Amino acid sequence: MIDLVARRYLFFLISAIIIVPGLISLILPPHLRLGVDFTGGTLWEVQFQKPVSGKDVLQILAAHGYGDSLVQASNNNVILIRAKEIRPDQPIKAQIANDLRSHFGPFTELSFQSVGPSVGTEIWQRSLTAVALASLGILLYLWWAFRHVPRPYLYGLCAIIALLHDALVVVGIFSILGRFFRVEVDSLFVTALLTVIGFSVHDTIVVFDRVRENSIRHAGEPFPSIVNHSLLQTLGRSLSTSLTVIFTLSALVLFGGDSTRLFALALLIGVISGTYSSIFNASMLLVVWETGELSALFRRVRAPARAAV
Amino acid sequence: MLFHRDIRMLIGILIVAALAFYVADPASPGFHIDLLGLRIDQDFPIREGLDLKGGVQVLLEADVPPGTRVDPGSMEAARQIVASRVNALGVSEPLVQLASGNRIIVQLPGIKDPDAAIRTFGETGLLEFIDAGSTYLPPGTIVTTTLGGPKSFETPASPTAALTPGATPTAGQSPTPAASPTPAKVYTTILTGKDLQSASVGFDNLGRPEIDFTLTADGTKKFADFTSKNVGKYLAITMDKKVIECPVIQSPITGGRGTINGGNGPGFTLQQAQSLVIQLRYGALPIPLKVVESTQVGPTLGSQAVEQSIRAGVIGLGIVLVFMLLYYRVPGLLADLALLIYAAVTFSLFRIIPVTLTLAGIAGFILSIGMAVDANILIFERMKEELRAGRTLRAAIDAGFSRAWTSIRDSNFSTLITCAILFWFGMTFGASIIQGFALTLAVGVIVSLFTAILVSRTFLQLVVDSGLVRDLRWYGLDEVPKVVS
Repeated sequence: MIDLVARRYLFFLISAIIIVPGLISLILPPHLRLGVDFTGGTLWEVQFQKPVSGKDVLQILAAHGYGDSLVQASNNNVILIRAKEIRPDQPIKAQIANDLRSHFGPFTELSFQSVGPSVGTEIWQRSLTAVALASLGILLYLWWAFRHVPRPYLYGLCAIIALLHDALVVVGIFSILGRFFRVEVDSLFVTALLTVIGFSVHDTIVVFDRVRENSIRHAGEPFPSIVNHSLLQTLGRSLSTSLTVIFTLSALVLFGGDSTRLFALALLIGVISGTYSSIFNASMLLVVWETGELSALFRRVRAPARAAV
Repeated sequence: MLFHRDIRMLIGILIVAALAFYVADPASPGFHIDLLGLRIDQDFPIREGLDLKGGVQVLLEADVPPGTRVDPGSMEAARQIVASRVNALGVSEPLVQLASGNRIIVQLPGIKDPDAAIRTFGETGLLEFIDAGSTYLPPGTIVTTTLGGPKSFETPASPTAALTPGATPTAGQSPTPAASPTPAKVYTTILTGKDLQSASVGFDNLGRPEIDFTLTADGTKKFADFTSKNVGKYLAITMDKKVIECPVIQSPITGGRGTINGGNGPGFTLQQAQSLVIQLRYGALPIPLKVVESTQVGPTLGSQAVEQSIRAGVIGLGIVLVFMLLYYRVPGLLADLALLIYAAVTFSLFRIIPVTLTLAGIAGFILSIGMAVDANILIFERMKEELRAGRTLRAAIDAGFSRAWTSIRDSNFSTLITCAILFWFGMTFGASIIQGFALTLAVGVIVSLFTAILVSRTFLQLVVDSGLVRDLRWYGLDEVPKVVS
């Protein structure tokens, strides 16, 4: 029988290796590429009837005071403009539009999104609150669900740490994507993140449920071996349940439309990370905490300093 | 007998499934029954969100200095005026509702010219007839009047307004110098939009659009008084403090009717005239509003994306079906059937409730298909364990369902908590896309609980009770254990 729990530090190491690149990317500017939802501003996607150079469009924008915009030309004569707020209820939008039309010919507006600065800040704050609320809600629910077990808060805490790990993985990867592929993060990304949080706990609960059941049924056995048993017993179902979700999400990423691709990708990364963290992080953490290894670790860290003298 | 109860359950499930498939079918003709006084006329339209149908969503906010208290009565009055104007635009299924923070959410699905619509319902719409004395005020001039009150454009430096006739900008045209504010002079307001009895779009003898109006009795009198005393002087007509016409009073106007046609310039376009008339018809807004967020989607993006999403959904569903069949064999097949019923029931609920479908919502639906199988897997794995421990098939099923229930309940509950938070998250800034996702996911989770517990179980129990499949290897076991009980 494989002893997964014995290798717990190996699994912690693997987690660290996955998180570190993302963390570095998050710490170094520009951290995370935020979309107009958070920064305020305008995202304008138009399709001309002939190829148009981004630089020329930028010149027109500059003439109206929007010189520090970003203009991207993509296929099918589509131009994507990212600028400061252009309010549609003010004459400025019509002026810019007329100017573009007279210089480059007629165009169809594929999409136009404009967010005022105060709303942007609000969305950002709401996002943080939502993530905090979700984590809190789950913590409380787990505390209640595991109330008959000694130290029920431990289960909740370990689940939350695993969950934060998943969130960090997703945010870190999108920070890297933002750095190299100009991928922006918007309120839909926050939606994906919240969904990942909700789902990450799914798996963790399945394992913890089994640990709870086994610690009653096999009371007296050393805790690490109880957890190991539980893990091996639930491995099949954990992997299966995640696999079906990974199937559907992968189909969305590969075959779904462009607008949902990043959304589905965030969900996919989150689910994969969530599966890994429920099995190899949350339960391992439980062992490390319950057996007092954590405090022993801190004591041991201090002791060698003395021995080395 | 248990078997009979299962049969009844099966019949119930089949009826629900048949109904579900009927309603879920995109080409479904709906329910139209006219029988003995009982009339049902339900069409189950698929409500498409903005990102599918195209359209505009705008968040309006009271345009007052920060910290000013706006009383809820004014906000509600403003909302009603906006709603009336929006209805006059002829949009199907518009949405105009109040949001916290002195805001109004406006959604116009399927609208062709979102910018014009925004101007129509978002502008204050205050019409004034002012005494310009002996000065001709060119169209575009911004004035201060004795009426005070809401002023919508704060930027005197903006050269032209889309609403002002005769000022259609061409490329490279420099702003007309006359369009600078005259801050010192305050003009007397003679009439306002409230004095109008009616306003409609008319055409002059050259076929150009103009606005014909009639005044109320009170307005007629005021106007007659004023014009009698001011023959030869200028009368400026302003909209939201900006001059749109400045004719000379040639003779007293006692008939209480007149025309606004933009004066010397090129005049109104038909769309501008119609927009003005809509604003005049329902009155000026009690508080000025500004757009703080706007999302406009053209219709072309939507239909393509839906096709791709559906294709992805079908592929994903297919892979899950095959996987379940290969890995869990007979229970897997039954779970697959339950999954198809799940998809039909969920989608028909989307049509019945109705839930507005967005691209994110479709993604949520596809995600929930993967998750719906969850509960089944938990039960089957538990069943396999019980079988390995030597239980009979029937006992294993019962044990599998009851033991797995706590895990299923806990894990789906955490998803529902997340859905609630997501719904709240989308609320203040009217992000219906996020709310749509939360709703579809929540509906999916709830229905999946029903299909996993009820449907899969019934199918499984029937198969076992009928004795059709006895060999335990069909249930996913690799070797057959000794039966203990």
